[in-house]
Amino acid sequence: MTILEKTGPEAADAATAPLLEVRDLHVEFHTRDGVAKAVNGVNYSVNAGETLAVLGESGSGKSVTAQAIMGILDMPPGRIPQGEIFFRGQDMLKMSAEERRKIRGQKIAMIFQDALSALNPVLSVGYQLGEMFRVHQGMSKKDAKVKAIELMDRVRIPAAKERVGDYPHQFSGGMRQRIMIAMAMALEPDLIIADEPTTALDVTVQAQVMDLLAELQREMNMGLILITHDLGVVADVADKIAVMYAGRIVETAPVHEIYKAPAHPYTKGLLESIPRLDLKGQELYAIKGLPPNLLRIPSGCAFNPRCPAAKDVCRTDVPPLAAVSDTRASACHFWKETLDG
Amino acid sequence: MAEAILEVRDLVKHFPLTQGIVVKKQIGAVKAVDGISFDLYRGETLGIVGESGCGKSTVAKLLMNLERATSGQVLYKGEDITRLSGRALKAVRRNIQMVFQDPYTSLNPRMTVGDIIGEPFEIHPEVAPKGDRRKKVQELLDVVGLNPEYINRYPHQFSGGQRQRIGIARGLALNPEIIICDEPVSALDVSVQAQVINLMGRLQKEFDLSYMFIAHDLSIVRHISDRVGVMYLGKMVEIGDDEQIYEHPTHPYTQALLSAVPVPDPESREHRERIILTGDVPSPANPPSGCRFRTRCWKAQDKCATEAPLLAVPERFKGVDSPAAHESACHFAEEKDVVGAA
Repeated sequence: MTILEKTGPEAADAATAPLLEVRDLHVEFHTRDGVAKAVNGVNYSVNAGETLAVLGESGSGKSVTAQAIMGILDMPPGRIPQGEIFFRGQDMLKMSAEERRKIRGQKIAMIFQDALSALNPVLSVGYQLGEMFRVHQGMSKKDAKVKAIELMDRVRIPAAKERVGDYPHQFSGGMRQRIMIAMAMALEPDLIIADEPTTALDVTVQAQVMDLLAELQREMNMGLILITHDLGVVADVADKIAVMYAGRIVETAPVHEIYKAPAHPYTKGLLESIPRLDLKGQELYAIKGLPPNLLRIPSGCAFNPRCPAAKDVCRTDVPPLAAVSDTRASACHFWKETLDG
Repeated sequence: MAEAILEVRDLVKHFPLTQGIVVKKQIGAVKAVDGISFDLYRGETLGIVGESGCGKSTVAKLLMNLERATSGQVLYKGEDITRLSGRALKAVRRNIQMVFQDPYTSLNPRMTVGDIIGEPFEIHPEVAPKGDRRKKVQELLDVVGLNPEYINRYPHQFSGGQRQRIGIARGLALNPEIIICDEPVSALDVSVQAQVINLMGRLQKEFDLSYMFIAHDLSIVRHISDRVGVMYLGKMVEIGDDEQIYEHPTHPYTQALLSAVPVPDPESREHRERIILTGDVPSPANPPSGCRFRTRCWKAQDKCATEAPLLAVPERFKGVDSPAAHESACHFAEEKDVVGAA
């Protein structure tokens, strides 16, 4: 497979800047009931070869951030009032649609949760895989098909040659997710965003797919943004974690440190609510209440109505993402107390 | 825990595959459940785990007689449910209730919460006379931790976790003895799952319920279950108490399943042995001969293809006082140290 040449100013930037950097990103949706603030100032960065896990519950803004990076947000109703997304030092939000289209798929690719609805049911998988090469590299139909078979082999689909003409419904869930991975890998991108890639799969198949993804990432030294709600998957593969709540990052840290000593009450609550052996038969720790309505995010810290340690200041002042150490940050007024237990 | 409240014997459900529009002829069958036996004891929680398509939800429906069994028996207090119909079946169902997976589709959007929870009383009016029903529904709302004033609201006004509480209240309405929970928390957010699990634990103590808890999340099943059964492709492959299954599994499939569960502890990822199974689950319409797991098993030998292993305490563990001595359907059952789901 050809490796796309990187030349000119882009190469110079690439040496210094992170592969991808999101700065103070805001996304809102205009609905009949008002403005839903899905993302409220997100900052994170990923380097080549690194895995960033974005952890959060439904409605935390983790997928919307990813869609903004890919440039596949529906606008309207979506709007990005503020923020920057740098890819190799260049702000993608300032680029023309044509420039972004060149990045999408070739430089940044995405793997979706539900492969059955992400693939076109009336086109064969070979055609859909080949499309990547035909559209982006102007390959002939015949060459593209050869490439498609190569890719299917690479993600270990048995009998790729015979199955290249099969349709998505003829594959099992795990196989379909492999095809999604193959499609994302097709043009050897620098960054892959995987949005809950294994949530719909059974555990034994999930293990296969995560293994494959990690192996290909190592081989190609790609950056990976893994969006998930599963604390187990995160512990298995991530280098660093960003925990999101109500559209903000509440804590970010290297993976080993966060599991040992969380610095935000929300992270702490999530970790404590995992069933543990020594707590069998007892009640699980449960974070009280419900995730907030994005149309009416609580004032101050968005987590304050559910937080066991909330004080008056939490109801009035939004806590900034404060540095806990060189590599860690927490958006809690009382991160020191949380960290100490 | 001696009294078996529900005894399942050789339960089989085959769904026929037919061909032709005018003249239908059967060309095969999907063997969803293919000879399963187990007991459910009074007051216990029996967890059933397995991957999609292994037949665990079909078992749930058979126990309720929502699906007619092809053969086999489900004995509730000595009476075979699979043969009952009409009034007798209705009477039994009062004591066996169900909580469904998806709180978004299992509640009728056009009915108020009061009507949903009160509907069981329409079918079994002897439980609550007409005048008392509203009060009874409000009590139930209170029991599951919802505000009794919400009685006139509609399902869409509630969050997922609250809806699952409504589903549980409906399951409790008739004071059943057994509640069959089919993936009751898998559609909920992590922070809400713990709330619902705790609620179910409290209710079990309060009302002396027996649960059959079907789920694919092994750590939650371990937390709530007294005993656990593992299913693969329509068969029960291993069953035992939670320590036997999680700490001393002897069936290769259980071992693979446990080793595949991601552990929420980054320290363990370097020194953890994982068994990565190759391939997919075969089609239940055409299962492998002999042991059904043999096509993906690293221990499979000729014997596995010809002779189906029975669910029993393996010969080598018979009479041995060890947690490994529990029922496992494998010719070559042996212990293997796998890091269990914490």
